[in-house]
Amino acid sequence: MRSLLFAFLMTTPLAAQSLTGAGATFPYPIYSKWFDAYARKTRVQINYQSIGSGGGIRQFVQGTVDFGATDGPMSEIQLAAVKGNVVHLPTVLGAVVLSYNLPSLGAGRLKLNAPLIADIFLGKITRWDHPRIAALNPGLTLPKTDLIVVHRSDGSGTTFVFVDYLSKVSPEWRSRVGSATSVSWPTGLGGKGNEGVTQQIKQLEGSIGYVELVYALSNQLPVVLVRNSAGQFVEPSLEAVTAAAAGTKLGKDTDFRVSITDAVGPKSYPIASYTWLLVKADTPDAAKGKVLRDFLAWMLTAEAQQMASGLGYAPLPGDVAALVRERLKTLKAGGKPLA
Amino acid sequence: MPDAVRLRGRSWGDLVFRGAVTLGALAVPVLMGFLVYELWVGARLAVERFGVGFLVTSVWDPVAGQFGAFPLIFGTLLSSLLALLIAVPLSLGVAIFLTEFAPERIRGPIAFVIELLAAIPSVVYGLWGVFVLIPVLKSSIFPFLRDTLGFLPLFKGPIYGPSMLSAAIILAIMVMPYIMSVSREVLLAVPPSQREAALALGATRWEAVVSAVVPYARSGIIGAIILGLGRALGETMAVTMLIGNRNEIAASLFAPGYTMAAVIANEFTEAATDIHYSALTYVALALFLVTVVVNAAARLLIWRVSRGRPTGGRAL
Amino acid sequence: MNRQRLRRGISNLMVAAMGVAVVLAVLPLLLILGTLVVKGAGSINLDFFLKMPVPAGETGGGVANAVVGTLLIVGAACLIGIPIGMAAGIYCAEYQGSRLALITRFVADVLNGTPSIVVGVVAWTLIVARQKHFSGLAGSVALAMLMIPMVMRTTEELIKLVPNSLREAALALGYPRWRTSLAIVVRTTLPGIVTGVLLATARIAGETAPLLFTALGSQFMGTNLNQPMAALPLTVFTYATGPYEEWHRLAWATALVLIVVVLLLSVVARLATRQRFERRG
Repeated sequence: MRSLLFAFLMTTPLAAQSLTGAGATFPYPIYSKWFDAYARKTRVQINYQSIGSGGGIRQFVQGTVDFGATDGPMSEIQLAAVKGNVVHLPTVLGAVVLSYNLPSLGAGRLKLNAPLIADIFLGKITRWDHPRIAALNPGLTLPKTDLIVVHRSDGSGTTFVFVDYLSKVSPEWRSRVGSATSVSWPTGLGGKGNEGVTQQIKQLEGSIGYVELVYALSNQLPVVLVRNSAGQFVEPSLEAVTAAAAGTKLGKDTDFRVSITDAVGPKSYPIASYTWLLVKADTPDAAKGKVLRDFLAWMLTAEAQQMASGLGYAPLPGDVAALVRERLKTLKAGGKPLA
Repeated sequence: MPDAVRLRGRSWGDLVFRGAVTLGALAVPVLMGFLVYELWVGARLAVERFGVGFLVTSVWDPVAGQFGAFPLIFGTLLSSLLALLIAVPLSLGVAIFLTEFAPERIRGPIAFVIELLAAIPSVVYGLWGVFVLIPVLKSSIFPFLRDTLGFLPLFKGPIYGPSMLSAAIILAIMVMPYIMSVSREVLLAVPPSQREAALALGATRWEAVVSAVVPYARSGIIGAIILGLGRALGETMAVTMLIGNRNEIAASLFAPGYTMAAVIANEFTEAATDIHYSALTYVALALFLVTVVVNAAARLLIWRVSRGRPTGGRAL
Repeated sequence: MNRQRLRRGISNLMVAAMGVAVVLAVLPLLLILGTLVVKGAGSINLDFFLKMPVPAGETGGGVANAVVGTLLIVGAACLIGIPIGMAAGIYCAEYQGSRLALITRFVADVLNGTPSIVVGVVAWTLIVARQKHFSGLAGSVALAMLMIPMVMRTTEELIKLVPNSLREAALALGYPRWRTSLAIVVRTTLPGIVTGVLLATARIAGETAPLLFTALGSQFMGTNLNQPMAALPLTVFTYATGPYEEWHRLAWATALVLIVVVLLLSVVARLATRQRFERRG
């Protein structure tokens, strides 16, 4: 029911609340689906703008949005800026994949390992027919063309997950570039949002960049098979992502700010991550707090989590979902628990 | 005013009227005051930490909290100057043609059509640039340039598509109507006696234009060019969609770059730290000051030539 | 004699070169309009205007909320910008020598050349940061800031064109000063001011940069200016820089609608001005 009339009815005083959120582009496809479904179900309009995790954190800290969204957890400094009044709530699991534009490879799948990925993004490898790439991919005919790196131009949780992985597997990356939502890239073109990077890869032959899995899938972009810490070349599938999460057990008092990159386990995909919604632990607006809490509760239901797997995101593992459900009960408004 | 003509209540109406329009007039400097104040307050943190060195250092590292705007300033200036290099000969050629050589009847319509280019929104230029201009440049014109002029560092290196040169080309199309329109006005203000005197002395039509008309209008034409520069410096949307968004100075025109306006558009909503936000506001302040100076210079030069000529309903 | 022919040859060559320049100058407009029509016209149907956007990656959907958003945001900007601009223009024309007029004129020229992204930044700090939420109203204020100097200059220039004899005649007939100004504005310059206003409206309707951090954008239909809202230029930008083919299709169509509206306003404005000047002889 997307008619104009319905839309106008939604804006009348009889219509329900509206919330504004902003942040990560990583989960944008599933969030836009969720918010659309939830609006049709409950008439609650949740307006989400995918401006990047950095933007989500910033606007949340500034207080200009009701909730933020990020795949790079807030740092200690950022937590201090909100005086700890924030809860990180994981929503789904996703994978950061390396996508490329090499029509000449046909159906062949590119394989890369950690040192090679780091060196590509450090700018040390600038041609596709480099011997190190060829060594890992004996069955493929690599073209003799320039290798163009694409990265994010905006503050990004997807970036955070990717460079967090690179920092773990490459000492040179850790010391030279570091890990944050926005880094000083040694090389490459900048695209805005996962959307922009996907766009760039599609337009530029010979390019390679990192995006969230769903963007590669829905745009029919080929994905690199990455070698994990157990030495296996892994396809970034739902199972591989869930396996990565299984490697990290969360305690009851966890603040959910965990990194699951370079996870142990033979089936784990090495560049996987939770994505979080940033919600005030104690909100000044009780009505909005309740509306948001109700949405979060719906988000944990099988109905919503199945929409996620339908799109290519891994649903939250059962034990993690249980922990989140418990955490929802601790949300307060003005010091008192939400109704 | 003779007493007999005074109407009762005149003083009230006049007071209200004068009050209303004065308020309106006051609003303008007040607005500007707010603008400068907010920019200054926002930028202060970065100004205190980095000083004027901000404008000449190159490190832009949000992780380390180190910011230097030199590549941004360089990119802004380079893209604008390149755009002028392309647009000025075209614009002047058209302006001279339309004032001196074209048949009477087509002058108006052609000027009109070219001025319509100024009405196209920047984001539409960006859309067209990404999906039409860049593929054409990437597949034919850039490789041609690299093959023929590749010995120059300007045309070396990988061809990405989004690049300094692509942005310069779209900027050239965007500023051309402004330069052409103002140059045309300025040339029309030149007294016909100038051209006639040159022709009487035996000059060809072209020589008459070059030796008599254009030098007379020279400062106005320079003003028109500087006006175009002012517009190019501040362009945001089309540039950010075509320039590649890479905060680095490269020798090659095929390499991506970044401009002050583009970095603000990309990073402003997500500057996660106070210093990052302040650095971006510092950039906005710098951009503002640069465009103020450039536009002031332009208007001064134009005013000198077309002094007194009514500009009618044209709000440039 | 050879020298004469050389000089004439050069002259003809330069004229030909300038003709080429004219063709090159006209070409982009034709190419852009042509591309927009070819790629966008097919997607423009009733659904496009009446439907709301669908979740990312799905097909179908339209830009109804962006149309309404642009109308509301630009409408509010006009409500703010036109009265202030006209009042300022009248002041500067009526009290030409005064210090305030000189200051205002100079400041308006500076404001005219200010990049719209800078105006967006200021609107963010002035309104969004203080109110702690994004809003269409903040976008309207940013657009109004761009509009005011344009309207002001047009109004001022037109009123200055009115010959003093007209004013003196009115005053001699016993009109008070304020009625003289208003009567002159209404009767003689209003058509010109209207065209100036149309041009200014066309210009701000296409602006994207000031809306990036004020109106922010929305997937829902919004009629509340105090909330984030969608707008046509924002839609073009978001969809053009995204990866989905469906988004690109909608971006072309939206751009076509935007450009038709903007060009229509500009063409009407300029035609009206031309006619008016021609009638005056």
